[in-house]
Amino acid sequence: MNVLAALGTVRDPELDEPITELGFVSEWSVDGGHVTVRLRLPTYFCAPNFAYLMVADAHDAVLALPWVTSADVRLEDHFAAEAINAGVAGETGFVGAFPEQAVEELTELRMTFKRKAYLASLDRLARKLDRAGKPLPDTLGELTDCAERTGLLRRRADLGLPCDDDAPLLLDEYGKPIPIAQSALKLRFARAVRVSVDGNAAFCRGLLSTRYPRSAQPADTYAGDRG
Amino acid sequence: MYEKDGERYFIVDSHIHAWDGRPSNQANRYGEGFINCFYDYHRNLSPESELWSLKEFWQQSEERIMHDLFEVGYVDKAIFQPTYLTDFFVNGFNTTEQDGALAEKHPDRFIVNGSWDPRDGEAGLDRLEELAARWSLKGIKLYTAEWKGESKGWKLSDPWSYRYLEKCQELGIRNIHVHKGPTIYPLNRDAFDVADVDDVASAFPDLRFIVEHVGLPRLEDFCWIATQEPNVYGGLAVAMPFIHSRPRYFAQIIGELLYWLDENRITFASDYAIWTPKWLVESFVDFQIPEDMQGELGTLTPDVKRKILGLNAARLYDIEVPPGLDVPNEPADSGEAVGSAPKVPA
Repeated sequence: MNVLAALGTVRDPELDEPITELGFVSEWSVDGGHVTVRLRLPTYFCAPNFAYLMVADAHDAVLALPWVTSADVRLEDHFAAEAINAGVAGETGFVGAFPEQAVEELTELRMTFKRKAYLASLDRLARKLDRAGKPLPDTLGELTDCAERTGLLRRRADLGLPCDDDAPLLLDEYGKPIPIAQSALKLRFARAVRVSVDGNAAFCRGLLSTRYPRSAQPADTYAGDRG
Repeated sequence: MYEKDGERYFIVDSHIHAWDGRPSNQANRYGEGFINCFYDYHRNLSPESELWSLKEFWQQSEERIMHDLFEVGYVDKAIFQPTYLTDFFVNGFNTTEQDGALAEKHPDRFIVNGSWDPRDGEAGLDRLEELAARWSLKGIKLYTAEWKGESKGWKLSDPWSYRYLEKCQELGIRNIHVHKGPTIYPLNRDAFDVADVDDVASAFPDLRFIVEHVGLPRLEDFCWIATQEPNVYGGLAVAMPFIHSRPRYFAQIIGELLYWLDENRITFASDYAIWTPKWLVESFVDFQIPEDMQGELGTLTPDVKRKILGLNAARLYDIEVPPGLDVPNEPADSGEAVGSAPKVPA
């Protein structure tokens, strides 16, 4: 695996997309076993907790490559870049990077957004079936193979939800079965989550291209037809 | 007032500023970063014909503000929402006093809102009383991500915040505009989370909580809360300009809001001077949900547009609407059950 592929495994936790596709990797280079990576974000004030996660994850992903002996991964043009970079390089954790402002690590924050990512993927699948005039099946095994199914399974695995063929399709973001009486409302909420996540991702891409004009402005493909 | 195709619209711009973001007023790199961030919002979402230079963006003269809002912008009444940011700007970015100076010259045009910060403790409560008397406050703008020395933000559910909300209630300040930002203590939580709005909306049923930017980037959480709390409103600042660059996404936002809330709890705003009202008002009146999305999202009638563009905010602020421009203030009946709770929770 090369550096770019490794960085491609790092996702923006809030937008649920790889940082390489979002344009957040501004440069990277290799010198023997040493890798240098520079990251950038859409605004100077992007939330520092998400920023930290991406820098730390990028650092870990690059160091996990067997031939890499050292990595210099830094965020640039951000109000908290210094604290984040120092925290990641010193492996002091998020609390170490922000001793005055953080009381614990970011595990729960990450989970909150994995749950949102799962609900959004559930809506993408439900919409695909709806457009095809098909009802939602009871179990995963009854789903035909498609990008939406793959996306759903990956996000279920991220949350530790069952992914086998017998597992029920309609599980909420905590793994509890969604009762039939509540399924319409839950799916409607999943749609709101998807609208929100996709909208934020498009806005962030747009702001990035305004801040760094070389990146391309995304088209208005907003129809819930993604993926 | 705006008129098109025989329909007339009373316009209340419910979120505007008179700011000073010039380098001379920037206290540090954070002040510079803040105004540049706003400028990128402006550049990214404005039509090309409406783009300003950074220098124009730093500060607007009285003449320019009056021109942009009232001479060409169709606005009947505009509501100042202060954003102090005294850690970033020497004289503050946009204080009640700065806004008030302009409002005193044009009292028929502006409404001045104040602000408070729970970290100011007891002394701040006294200042709020003075501010309320001085400007006859009917509304407050809160920015929970405001820095104050070591503190990088606060929550509406903090104990001192309750004291200030109680004071607002006592002073008859019923409109509480909430603006979420990216930094807040503790930093390991999601700063944009609107759960604290839920807490205070339940605790203060007589106050109205207008969540600015309709909760973006947490539209879904905002909708979920607003469905259950009848005194939670959505302000369209920052969401409006998507009407130009991403009309389909804008349709989705409006569709979600109309589904989870109703047409009586959504208010128009330009967020001047990030954007100007002229093109936003024109675009919104011309706007319709794209045909292929109407099956799912419905359509916008002139009456719904009238409420969003001005009548809803007019009701919140007791603004007199000229005869013939109002529509009956009936609670919107969305028909089917909306969200998880009845409109008025039992």
